Amino acid sequence: MSLTVTDLRVSYQTLRGEVRALDGVSFTVADGEILGLAGESGCGKTTLGKSLIRLDGRMRHAGGTVELDGRELPIADDRAMNAFRFREVSLVPQYSMSALNPTRKIGRMVAELLRSRGETPDRAKLESRLAQVGLPREVLDRYPIELSGGMRQRVVMVISTLLDPSLLIADEITSALDVSTQQAVARALLGFRDAGHVTSMVFITHDLALTARIADTIMVMYAGRLAEKAPAEVLVEQPRHPYTRLLVNALPEVGARHAGRRLTGIAGSPPSLLDPPPGCRFRERCPLADDGCAEQPPVTEVAPGHHVACWKV
Amino acid sequence: MLTSDMLKLDNVTKTYRVGALGGKAVTAVDRVSFDVRAGEVVSLIGESGSGKSTIGRMILGLTPVTGGSITVAGAPVRPGRDYYRSVQGVFQDPFSCYNPVFKADRVFRLIKETYHPGVPEDEWAARVRAAVRDVRLNPGEVLGKYPHQLSGGQLQRMLIARALLLDLKLLVADEITSMLDASTRVDVLNLLADLKARGLAVLYVTHDLALGTYLAERTVVLWRGTVVERGPTEQVFGDPLHPYTRRLLAAVPRLHAPWEDAPEVRSCLYHDTGAVGGLAEATPGHFVACARLSDCQGDVS
Repeated sequence: MSLTVTDLRVSYQTLRGEVRALDGVSFTVADGEILGLAGESGCGKTTLGKSLIRLDGRMRHAGGTVELDGRELPIADDRAMNAFRFREVSLVPQYSMSALNPTRKIGRMVAELLRSRGETPDRAKLESRLAQVGLPREVLDRYPIELSGGMRQRVVMVISTLLDPSLLIADEITSALDVSTQQAVARALLGFRDAGHVTSMVFITHDLALTARIADTIMVMYAGRLAEKAPAEVLVEQPRHPYTRLLVNALPEVGARHAGRRLTGIAGSPPSLLDPPPGCRFRERCPLADDGCAEQPPVTEVAPGHHVACWKV
Repeated sequence: MLTSDMLKLDNVTKTYRVGALGGKAVTAVDRVSFDVRAGEVVSLIGESGSGKSTIGRMILGLTPVTGGSITVAGAPVRPGRDYYRSVQGVFQDPFSCYNPVFKADRVFRLIKETYHPGVPEDEWAARVRAAVRDVRLNPGEVLGKYPHQLSGGQLQRMLIARALLLDLKLLVADEITSMLDASTRVDVLNLLADLKARGLAVLYVTHDLALGTYLAERTVVLWRGTVVERGPTEQVFGDPLHPYTRRLLAAVPRLHAPWEDAPEVRSCLYHDTGAVGGLAEATPGHFVACARLSDCQGDVS
């Protein structure tokens, strides 16, 4: 097992109290597996991604453990995590521009970065990795501003995986890109996994269709908890959780016409995580909810690898 | 009476001056022509930098055209109170359209002060409630709230309700759903589709092909400032003729099917008909351009 997360709880300190953004989430990611993390804004997917590599100042580790390749990650200890970052756990952030130093050419920036980590820059390896994502070696002599958004995103991917980390976290990395660039970046991610440059991956996105194309397993989160986790194909073809079903039905596909089949949204909005109501968090918006849902549904395995947190399955 | 073409663009061109002394010119929109009829949604699809937002801004009179003409209901774009009575825009970020200090329903109050000062208060309140209901919101839930108390979908629909309080004929919707969650996005789309029944013309500007096809009767595909293909949505996406449209369609991730490679273009309509520099009509209403794309050159026989 590459990554094992057990009952992870992370909260944000705000003036109005503690926001429980991640409220008891458990899952595993196997070696070579790409886990797609999907959900609406505020469901905790970015918080989960961040807590695997760096909790920022407002975030507090409220419980639970994260184990990577048999070793526990000291996620609450910012200093101790430094030994793992980049080498064991690495991140591709959403905005590539914010990850690149605008005053350095790419090649020099990478060399400085590696030296600061006590590694010797290996130009040949760097160039071969760039070639894998379809970038010419000339980009090393360019400033970040001279590259397009898709090129920059691929440069950041190459840098993040240069030390062959065990786990790569990709947080909404394609959201700011056009569809054709999005496809190139997504395929590059798959290529890196297949070549073994990164053992496993957590791919965070709000775009369920894109996740379905690249992830092996999809985990849908709702209001800080796991709603459903299943092999990608099972999740989009036979979702069991009412939330996943509604979500899949709310997605227009290319070619789907309003005149032909009217899609429906999900009425209402997720509960506030400041003081979340007890029981199933989706029950306010759920068409199947009844009094029994006032109790929190456990995550149950309904089929091998298919986990659902709902009383109604 | 409704004119058949609510919005008409005729060879519209936009050039921006760039460089330190404005010595260089960049053509953002190059001889674009299309029209939107009353009671119709037309989607304008393109990737970043294709000039789609510039077109929206020119229609709204936020930036002048360099060449060609834009007419709304037969009259040229003339920014001002009378123009905005019938032409309105809704944009990507609903949060930046509200002043966080004031309650969100202040946007309705401003409309009353500018356009309907003579309407009695109780009648105005009834009109506001009706407009809010028209956009499928519950007046009790959204009126009297501050922007931060409302969701993006609610705020976006209130901006549409605001436009409905005017004598609206044309709505330019520029990426209005790209910041919304999947579960609420489709409600805003359905709302736009319903507004057609009122005879409203909607120009739906987006980079998202799935959303565009869902709504629109007709589709215009832009590439680097020029129209490469336009026509009935079923034809443009069911039988795309332009290599760019094909590539774009093939790159869209689908929920239930794997990515496929763009089908090859066997013949080039542009060269077959010899329609130099313009669009060639493949089937009635379905126009395709081709010659300016480098990929096309290999297909010319």
